[in-house]
Amino acid sequence: MKKAAYSFPEEVLEHVFSFIVSDKDRSSISLVCKSWYEIERWCRRKVFVGNCYAVSPPILIKRFPELRSVTLKGKPHFADFNLVPEGWGGFACPWIRAMAGAYPWLEEIRLKRMVVSDESLEIIAKSFRNFKVLVLSSCEGFTTEGLAAIAANCRNLRELDLRESEVEDLSGRWLSDFPDSYTSLESLNISCLGNEVNLLALERLVSRCPNLKTLRLNRAVPLDRLPNLLRGAPQLAELGTGAYTSEMRPDVFSNLAEAFAGCKQLKTLSGFWDVLPSYLPAVYPICSQLISLNLSYATVQSPDLIKLVSRCEKLQKLWVLDYIEDDGLEVLAASCKDLRELRVFPSDPFGLEPNVALTEQGLVSVSEGCPKLQSVLYFCRQMSNAALNTIARNRPNLTRFRLCIIEPRSPDYLTLQPLDDGFGAIVEHCKDLRRLSLSGLLTDRVFGYIGTYGKKLEMLSVAFAGDSDLGLHHVLSGCDNLRKLEIRDCPFGDKALLANAAKLETMRSLWMSSCSVSFGACKVLGQKMPRLNVEVMDESGPPDSRPESSPVEKLYVYRTVAGPRLDMPGFVWTMDDNSALRIS
Amino acid sequence: MEKMVFEETELRLGLPGNNKKKNNEKKRGFSETESETESDENNNSDETSNTTVDLLLNLSSPKKEANKNNNNGVVAENHSSPNSNKEKNLLPSDPAKPPAKAQVVGWPPVRSYRKNMFAVQKSSTEESQKNEKNNNNGNGNGSFVKVSMDGAPYLRKVDLKNYNSYPQLSDALGKMFSSFTIGSCESEGMKDFFMNERALMDLLNNSDYVPTYEDKDGDWMLVGDVPWEMFVESCKRLRIMKGKEAIGLAPRAMEKCKNRS
Repeated sequence: MKKAAYSFPEEVLEHVFSFIVSDKDRSSISLVCKSWYEIERWCRRKVFVGNCYAVSPPILIKRFPELRSVTLKGKPHFADFNLVPEGWGGFACPWIRAMAGAYPWLEEIRLKRMVVSDESLEIIAKSFRNFKVLVLSSCEGFTTEGLAAIAANCRNLRELDLRESEVEDLSGRWLSDFPDSYTSLESLNISCLGNEVNLLALERLVSRCPNLKTLRLNRAVPLDRLPNLLRGAPQLAELGTGAYTSEMRPDVFSNLAEAFAGCKQLKTLSGFWDVLPSYLPAVYPICSQLISLNLSYATVQSPDLIKLVSRCEKLQKLWVLDYIEDDGLEVLAASCKDLRELRVFPSDPFGLEPNVALTEQGLVSVSEGCPKLQSVLYFCRQMSNAALNTIARNRPNLTRFRLCIIEPRSPDYLTLQPLDDGFGAIVEHCKDLRRLSLSGLLTDRVFGYIGTYGKKLEMLSVAFAGDSDLGLHHVLSGCDNLRKLEIRDCPFGDKALLANAAKLETMRSLWMSSCSVSFGACKVLGQKMPRLNVEVMDESGPPDSRPESSPVEKLYVYRTVAGPRLDMPGFVWTMDDNSALRIS
Repeated sequence: MEKMVFEETELRLGLPGNNKKKNNEKKRGFSETESETESDENNNSDETSNTTVDLLLNLSSPKKEANKNNNNGVVAENHSSPNSNKEKNLLPSDPAKPPAKAQVVGWPPVRSYRKNMFAVQKSSTEESQKNEKNNNNGNGNGSFVKVSMDGAPYLRKVDLKNYNSYPQLSDALGKMFSSFTIGSCESEGMKDFFMNERALMDLLNNSDYVPTYEDKDGDWMLVGDVPWEMFVESCKRLRIMKGKEAIGLAPRAMEKCKNRS
């Protein structure tokens, strides 16, 4: 090595590196040379682990000894839809135990789809003196007792966010465990809790924390207590209401409207359970400053939604139920020119007949009227290739497009043809598309389009689609940036999987359930690819009790440097080198 | 053509003897999917594939027939058809009706916490709708309230949902009770009560008649204080009082506000 390479003292390099925050860039730096690798790993403060089984706690700690922030994700995405049986894995405990020993100065832990116990929460509470941020997103396994430990011990806590977690709510008392001297709360999200929290304690907590910017209440907080809470935190930027209903009382209304008007920084609203429409106008005073509105629990009719939404000219993000209907979406398109993200959820997903007048037309209107629209999640009951084509041409700037036509395998309702061409238009025109979810009647052709055009695609969700292995082959061989692929109920089998085995090492994970992948092929894949964990899930018994050609129930393949995991429940088998089944 | 290329590349890592084509690898054309019952060896998907195939594309349904004829791509006609004969139904379909299909696990992809939240809300919305029906003025969908005027021999009933504003209501009431008032000037005076919400307090001193209403709490309030929609929701009955009796009302209403906040 030339002397010039050492002319920069380490401290200088470290200082330079401190400006590089993105994981990708950090990774690139570490590959330049050995000394840079060393310097980088000592000064890395933040790590994101997209699959907790891709790496192990000792490996993480060995490489990055000075972390302040760790993010871990556990179960595969389809766990959200009950496709991953209970007990599958994603246990946070081993991670938390290890980090408690290795990172006394850890400040932030963010977990998604992991199983977190009260014991883990207690360890967090007692081990990290400067602990600031705890985000438990779609987690489960803990109770309000664990929360009490956090509240009582984390003196420097800034953020406690339990979004969408399943918490065993034993009592609302835990909130009172924040000491009176504790004033550093900036963000609190308890929207997932079932029981009432101690309202007085909540009010006192809110009013003594001057930096509180985000407050998301749970449904049990009654509407008539909201004005007091708001008055205690006029600096709030994000609010999630509790139940948005009360007996019709003019004094409650005017109190509420006044309190809302007093929150000059309020930009984000959510909650709105049990909405009584007459109370919606209380929000009107701040509509013009809102950038994000989550009405996806608000069971109100289109006219009321229209009155609200049409006042929100700065709106960038709207989540709403399909009660908004095509008419409402047309108004949205006309009023909210800054809209970036739209999610329309189904009010009656299991009903056989449409209960609302929401069709593909609503989405077409929004695609026409909102030039900045990038992200779409849309549940509907009919779609046409023509509409998809129009949407694609209107909005080539789409980056996320998730369409769920409720009835599986629904064709173009106008022509009765598959929707291949429509989705093909989406991937062809939306060159920056990163995430795509398909639905409706689809043949292998659509996958041909996706493989050809979906060069930036990172995540693809497929259900009840395709005709043959060719479909899967198109995707695996064509999508250069694919990281996550999840497939259910498609006739994809061994050929495409085995032919593209190497591709799987470039991806985070592949999920296939109710497809046609044989047990034999899984074994071959596991044997040939030591850096992949090939996990077979079968709740009806060991897969080797059936012929090798039998399709497996569920297959989850992911790359890893940690080898097969050791915490699998009885219904998960890993296919590895030994070609014998290993049951943990 | 593409299929041939794929086979030519001969990328086979399958176990020997595993080359027999399975029936589910056949290319399935559109028409095949209708009649084919998928006989997967896959235990788990049995119920899913059978039920979904069964429900496919029931071409004989009237809705689909109509759509077939509308190939000109005019969407408007189709978009109105799902709802044209139906009342707008806020609530999901009646749970008492048995669902005609078994539910596929995890489909549609709606998260369980969302489904749960919604289920609870639906039942509580149904509850409150039922309660409203019972507590209300014995009406079905309208908002009929009794209207009495001091000195008038009998009461009237009005449907508040027929009006959109206080002036409209006042017009109607004025016409209704004009026959009972001694002089026309009195009935004209009553119209003025409703026109300006703020002016009500002034009018108390000037006129003989004051419109009041009983709200859901059983309290008697001055008409005009609150937004119209809120008034319609909370009004149980109307009483057009003689001015002198109404003087005590306003301060009482203020007290009530103070106690509540």
